[in-house]
Formats: sequence, structure tokens, C-alpha cells
Amino acid sequence: MSLAKAESRRLFKRRFTSLILIGVMLVLALVAAGTFLSNQKATPERIAEAKAQAAASFQSAVQEAEREKKRCLAAPGTPDAANYPADCTQMWTPTPEEFDYTWYMPPTFDMRQNFPDMIMVFAVVLAAAAFLVGASFVGSEWHSGGMMNLLLWRPRRLQVLGTKLTVFLGWFTGLTLLLGAAWAGAFQAIALLRGSTEKMTAGVWQSFGLTGLRGLGLILAAGAIGFALASLGRHTGMALGALIGVGAVQIGVFIMAQLGGAAYPEAYLGPLWAYAWMVKEVPLENMSSCDFSANGGCKPEIFTMTWQVAGTGFAIVTVLVVGAALWALRRRDIS
Amino acid sequence: MVRRMTAVLEISGLRKTYRSRKGVRNALDGFDMVVEAGQVHGFLGPNGSGKTTTLRTLLGLIRPNDGRMAILGQEVPRRLPQVAGQVGAIVESPQFFGNFTAKDTLSLLADAGNVNRSRVPAVLDLVGLRDRAGERVKTYSLGMKQRLAVASALLKEPKLLILDEPANGLDPGGIREMRTLMRDLSASGMTVLLSSHILGEIQLICDSVTIISAGRRVTSGSVAEVLASHTSGAVRVRLEQGGDLFGAAQVLREAGAQVTLEADYMVVGNASNPALITRLLAQRGVYVSELTPIAADLEDVFLELTGTAPVEGQNRQVDESALGAGRNGWGQ
Repeated sequence: MSLAKAESRRLFKRRFTSLILIGVMLVLALVAAGTFLSNQKATPERIAEAKAQAAASFQSAVQEAEREKKRCLAAPGTPDAANYPADCTQMWTPTPEEFDYTWYMPPTFDMRQNFPDMIMVFAVVLAAAAFLVGASFVGSEWHSGGMMNLLLWRPRRLQVLGTKLTVFLGWFTGLTLLLGAAWAGAFQAIALLRGSTEKMTAGVWQSFGLTGLRGLGLILAAGAIGFALASLGRHTGMALGALIGVGAVQIGVFIMAQLGGAAYPEAYLGPLWAYAWMVKEVPLENMSSCDFSANGGCKPEIFTMTWQVAGTGFAIVTVLVVGAALWALRRRDIS
Repeated sequence: MVRRMTAVLEISGLRKTYRSRKGVRNALDGFDMVVEAGQVHGFLGPNGSGKTTTLRTLLGLIRPNDGRMAILGQEVPRRLPQVAGQVGAIVESPQFFGNFTAKDTLSLLADAGNVNRSRVPAVLDLVGLRDRAGERVKTYSLGMKQRLAVASALLKEPKLLILDEPANGLDPGGIREMRTLMRDLSASGMTVLLSSHILGEIQLICDSVTIISAGRRVTSGSVAEVLASHTSGAVRVRLEQGGDLFGAAQVLREAGAQVTLEADYMVVGNASNPALITRLLAQRGVYVSELTPIAADLEDVFLELTGTAPVEGQNRQVDESALGAGRNGWGQ
């Protein structure tokens, strides 16, 4: 317990942790403020204004269409004839349905429709922060010699690293839940003031909660992987280097898969797995399974990446990397 | 009555081998060491001889290939978690997270080790960092970091204190303070294992020493015993007024002695039987007015045993050390 207490104090005494958390809150605040400023509530006045704009546009289009039809009728035998069809009655005539008033409405924040995207933004920002803080928490300790010092005091290696990781993930879980609640509250307020909270049933909130939980999983996995990579390399830079390296390799594999005619080259991209994990399923199309231009309308084969597949993949990678870090610490000489 | 002492630290047959593409290197090759309770024990050896490897192995940072170690009667590394609370240690250069203050650094260690945080100001005061305790460690000089390291080792009021080069970076005043601190700690019943290259300090502070070379113990015992068993064997010879110093030197050289002439005396380097000098010279009518053994100091013993004395015209490499150079006396 004393070690956990010490590690909690150490985590929050670190300037890097404070800077990243301030950065996270700043980014989230900017996203919320931007959403607030760029959306407006659909009041009856705005709807009436939009309908008037739609009607005016329709009238303008009708007048323009009539002018065009007259030019078409006058065109035969002139050089302008090439610009018009032979049968002028086939020319486009605007209809009121083509001028939906909603197109003339300013953006409005629909909680039910738009908040899942905001959960995604929240999860990505927190996951990046967790990766960095996790990597730095153990990486700088190794690099500065603080970890060795700690092991002189607590010569149980796995317990020390495990406690560090548990404390870090525990605090990030708490932080995510706290910020997540604030995030949901902020967007509920934005929806009330600058949008709509229609059709927000208990089932919708439950769905948001489950998406949020998957987001929490993503954040914790990112944090654990960053922590474990930095511990393996005994330096924060190891985690960042590995991230860049994996990114570069993925792009290379994606290009090679495309060139090699692989069915679903996008499946080799990690971010797509994270996306599938968050949105529950992503359909991937095999573009070489049929020839669109020749057969027209041929439907390509589809592979659906589900959150279960993506989650299993992330779990395996996380367990492997964290396991390697623990194994290395147990086996290695510390010098 | 023989006073029986308790061994606080015991190492026997310790081996550590490093394997790399360049081959196999035995960092420790059957090393033995015993440190008795309440002593200040000096641990000496040339660079690369295995001192730090020994300390790291003892403290569970390095896995040995073979051998037995015990601290306070507990087998380590198996029982290290049980005795770690009674062992304070600094290994090599002091290493701390630079952005924390000294006070934070120690209070975090105190939390991690279940030590009352109220000890922190006391140990900072003890090592002279009380007034700088609120500053970040990265602003500290090497000497200040060294003091902080000693403070961290003292935080848990250990029974055994292991200090690797504690005088590194300290100013002369700091070295003297460290010496006094070691003596005070020893007087309070703490056992101190001190690794250092400042042999004069070791000779002044330590009750006993172990010298390591090429991963093996080359000698050990009380400082007095080690010095006595490795006396230089040299004697200073002065002749009576008007004596022929040059001629006397010739006589001794012809008899196999190693003689160095000085202005008004000569040094016979391998005189294991000084009586032979007086006899030989008296036979030639030359009489000795002074025949004084030249006492060896720890540095001489160290250089002799480790074979690391500088040789003119040669650049000694770090791995070039010996396992107890042989000694041949003249006149035995």
C-alpha cells in the first residue's frame, strides 16, 4: 500500500503529467467551445428564415430554368444550339422538394446523432495522453536512475513495476470517468443551448455508456502499451520511437498489400482497428473482387471488422507488450 | 579470551559471467568477502575489477551465475526483500529524477519503503542539505547529489550501509565531513561497507579491507594486518659519518640486494633479513648508523597486489590487473 501511495504521489508530482493533463483539458475545452460556437439552436424564427431562404432559392432557380428553356427554344439554327438538347421540354425544372429548408439552417448539435463522434474525439485525445504519460512515468524513472533507486528500497521487481502500472492505470481510469462525465455534461448543455436533445432515450444513453467504456478500454490499452514499451527500452523515447516505427511499418505494409493485390489492405492499419473498436463495426470492401466499369453495379466483397475482432487484437498486443516488459525486468541485470 | 564477531555480510565463491559476441568475460570469478558487525570495511579494487558488480549483485540488481551471499544472516537474493529495510545503499554515481526536489525525492522513497517521513529533514540536515532541500536535484552539483545519495541511504536507519565511492565529487571539507560521518555511524553500531579509490581515506576510516582484482579477492583483513603482511621489505640504510655510501651499495648489490642511492642514505628494496646488511657491511669495515624499515601504506599494498602501479613508458589498460603479484625477498 505504501508503494502505491508513493507511486501516486510520484505520478502527480511529475511536471510532464501536469503539462499533459492541462493540454488534454485545453484540447477538450477547445473542441467543446468550437462545437458550441459553430452550432445554433433550431428556433422557430431560424426555421422560418431557412424556409424563406429555401423558397427564395427555389423561385430564383425556377426563373433561371425558364430563361434557359427560352434560350433553348431559340437556339436551333444558331451556333448556341450545341449547348442545348434537341427536346427543350427535357430540361431540368426545379421542384420545391429539391430545396429542403434544412440545407439553409445553421449547423445544430443533435446529441443523439453527433455525440458518438465526440466520444471518439475524447477517447483519442485521452489515449494519446495516456500513452505519453505512461511512457514518461516509467521511462524517465529508468533513464534518471530513479527506478534503480526504488529497486534498492523494494527489491521485488515485478511488484514494483506492477504497482507502478496499476497505479497509473487506476488514476487514468478515474480521470477518464471524471472527464467523461464532464464531457457528456458539457455536450448535453451544448445540445440544449445550441442544438437538440430529441429522442434521447435511456437506450441511447446506455449506448453512449458502452461506447464510452470501449473508449476507456482504448485509453487504458494505449497507456499500458506506452508504459510497457518505455520500460522495455528503459527510456521514454523507446515508446515514441516504437510508435513512429510501427506507424511507418504499417504504411509500408499497407502499400505492399495494395500492390500485392491483397483483398483488404486497410485491415493492416492499426487506426482502423481502433475505429472499428469504437464504432462497433467497419465494412471493408474488396475493390478487386469485381470490375465496376465492365459490369456496372457489381457489389464488391465486404469484410466487416467488428469491435470484437478489434478488441481481441488490441488485447493480444497489450498483453504481449506488457508481458514482455515484465519478463524483461525479471530477467535482466540492472546496471 | 577471543572476541567472536558476527558477520553482517558474507560472500563466497561469487561468480558473474558476461557473454557477448566478443566472448566471455568473468566479472566475478569466485569472489569472497566477509564484513563483521560494527566495522567500517573498505572495498578496494582497480577500475573494472568487479567492485560495483559485487555490490549490484549483493543488492539484487544483477543475477549471479554462482556463489553464496548473505546479509544479516539472510541468504540473498532470495531473502533480500526481508532485509532490504535494514540495508542502505548507494551504487556508483548518485541517480535521481532531476525535476524533483531533494525533499520530494526522499519523502517518496520514505513512502515507498514504509519509513516515517519525519526522518527526511533529519537526514538532510545530517548531510548538510537542509537549506537546499527545496531545490530541484538537477540544479545540484555532483557533490550535493552525492550527499543526497548518502541521505537516501541513511533514511531507513540501516544496520548495514553500503556506499560506492561516496566521496566522489565532494570538496575537501565534504570528504572530511563524510569521514566523520562514517566514524559516527560506525560508533553508533552501524556496519559500513565503503568502496573507494581514495586509499588514504580508507586507511584513515576503515577497520578492515578487502581488495579485489580481476574478479577475485587478493587480500582481506584488518588494515593493520594487511599492511603488516605486505610490508614493503625495504629499509633505509644510513652509514656512520664519512662512510663510503657508493662502495657500500656496491657490496650489497653484489650480494643480490636492490639498492637505490639517495643523497645521504640508500634504500635496500628487498631486505627481508636486515641483519644481513649490517653483517655484510661490517665485514668490509663499513658501519651502519641507521637501519629503518620503510612502512608500506595501503596505496603501496593496493598497487602491488593488483599489479596496477604505473610503469614508465607503458599505458596500462583497465583490464590489466593482477591476482596478487608474487613476492620474492632477498636474504631469506
